[in-house]
Amino acid sequence: MKALDTWERILIALIVLVYLGFGLGIDGFFTPYALADSTYNFSEKALIALAMALLVIGGEIDLSIAATMALASMAMGFAMKAGAGTATMVLAALATGAACGALNGWLVTRWKLPSIVVTIGTLSLYRGLAQVVLGDQAITGYPETLVTWGNGYLGDLLDLPWLIVPIEFAVMLVAALLVGLFLHATVHGRRIYAIGANATAARFSGIAVDRYRMGLFVFAGVMAALAAVLLTGRIGSTRPNLAMGWELDAVTIVILGGVSILGGKGSVVGTMLAAVLLGSFTFAMGMLNVTGIVVSMVVGGLLIVAMVLPLYLRRFMARVRPAAPVRGSFS
Amino acid sequence: MSTALSHHWHARRREWLLAAIIALIVLAVGWRAPVFLSARNALDIGNDSAILVILVMGQMLVLLTRGVDLSVASNLALTGMLCALAARAWPGIPLAVLLLMACAIGALLGAVNGWLIMRFSLPPIVVTLGTLSAYRGAIFVASGGAWISDHEIHPLIKGLPREEWLGLPALIWFAFAVALATAWLLRWRREGRELYAYGGNPHAALYAGIPVRQRLVMAYTLSGLLAGLAGLLWVGRYSIAFTELASGYELTVIAACVIGGVSIGGGVGTIAGALLGVLFIGVVNGALPVIQVSPFWQQAIAGAVILVSVVLNARADRTQGRQILDKSLHKAQGAAA
Repeated sequence: MKALDTWERILIALIVLVYLGFGLGIDGFFTPYALADSTYNFSEKALIALAMALLVIGGEIDLSIAATMALASMAMGFAMKAGAGTATMVLAALATGAACGALNGWLVTRWKLPSIVVTIGTLSLYRGLAQVVLGDQAITGYPETLVTWGNGYLGDLLDLPWLIVPIEFAVMLVAALLVGLFLHATVHGRRIYAIGANATAARFSGIAVDRYRMGLFVFAGVMAALAAVLLTGRIGSTRPNLAMGWELDAVTIVILGGVSILGGKGSVVGTMLAAVLLGSFTFAMGMLNVTGIVVSMVVGGLLIVAMVLPLYLRRFMARVRPAAPVRGSFS
Repeated sequence: MSTALSHHWHARRREWLLAAIIALIVLAVGWRAPVFLSARNALDIGNDSAILVILVMGQMLVLLTRGVDLSVASNLALTGMLCALAARAWPGIPLAVLLLMACAIGALLGAVNGWLIMRFSLPPIVVTLGTLSAYRGAIFVASGGAWISDHEIHPLIKGLPREEWLGLPALIWFAFAVALATAWLLRWRREGRELYAYGGNPHAALYAGIPVRQRLVMAYTLSGLLAGLAGLLWVGRYSIAFTELASGYELTVIAACVIGGVSIGGGVGTIAGALLGVLFIGVVNGALPVIQVSPFWQQAIAGAVILVSVVLNARADRTQGRQILDKSLHKAQGAAA
């Protein structure tokens, strides 16, 4: 596939527009620290959006991904209360995330259930469990290491003070690179496209469809746990409403990134660009004192425009160049 | 013919099972705490469930078409807010106009969903996800982020849910009327039957000459209309309107449908089942405080029940699938292979 499709170019243009427009309009937007801060807005969401992109390309969806984050963060909190070290705490979070994902995957593959129904159910279940266990309490007092991971810069870690790159952003880039290579450069990635395009045909061509589905759900759980570790470190507490509603943000990022909700189409580059676009837009609006709810209204509108616009563009292009061959899928 | 009959009986059996489970919960809780069996408590649960019934009826129409309407809670809150604002601005507004306004705004918001889905063949889940955020944000824009609290809500809006007709609260009458009208649409009207046909097989429905696009828009418009009506009643019942009103309630609505056996896959579902789904949620929510279980359990229990009921549904479908297959034919094919 080409690295940059029309859609990705539009996204890049929009990102440039956001940074230039707000950069010239808002004082102090173009300082290195403000630019670095703007990445906090999307780093954690981009992590779960990556996993969501793989799932959606494979024809599934996971609406319980944010609730999984709450449970993973809770596991971390209880590990800390039990006196565990940082490594064990992270391990507890990752194990919880994997278990949540595995339950989703088991329900989808073993019982042949639509993933949207299953994950609406587990969304209630996981979020409910977090509420039952935590009540209206919060777990606080996380160790310094975690707080640094959530808030620190790569430069502090490597002793290079000029390197003002947030650790979260670096984690996101590495994750994006790995997922991108996996999806676009390995046979497993191609198989995920095949499953998303036509699961029955994929099964008949010898792909272990259910094993891939299971793997994708477990991966989504693990990524949710990773995002939860970073988020918990950043805000320094675990509450039952941690990351509330982020599943919709993740889906929005994925769709805006050009992934087809029907499966079989999409790219990691597009997803990451959409995450950056939404995050920087939200951050800039925040600097302008626009309330979050209005931003989410604009994002909701964008989501619909993002789907309607390509249809119009295609029709427009067909009129301008009637002889141009019809493009197939993204691949 | 026999499969159709057995399917019918099968669907009924599911509903009896759900009814039995609800009865069991009621008796068990009533045995622990007799106050749960009082008429007063039954009325409370009915009152609490009435708005959910109205929303579930609309959602069911959409689910039948293989779609989903995630924007109902935002629609409810936006319509409720607009009605509250209108009543504050024009204190002389008659109740009939308010009701009409709620239905019209709700239907318009629903029609936008339907139009986007039909006109551009977009997936319903994504469109309604977008309008979920958009409508929610519009509430903030309309109200300027302010709360409309008890003393600012028009007495007519507050009075409507507290009205009593023939000894029953108005809310229950509204729910009853909506359920009856939906039953009439789905059972006796051509338009309703066509929703089942479309959900069962969209392509076949198109070839059979069903005006598919109109039916889609109709389903979403009606879902919006009912959400609007529910919005006016919600604002009246809790006598408050604010941006986050009923936030996340769409999942409860879908949960009630799924528990009641309305299939997300489209084409399957009965009014009786959906009503039982609402009753189940109402009884569980009503029972938790009575047996002194933390209300924090509500969401977890709802989630577990959704999972159990869809797994049970899947198992039921599978055994049915096996019965259709002729065993001797199956063996012959196996031998040939």
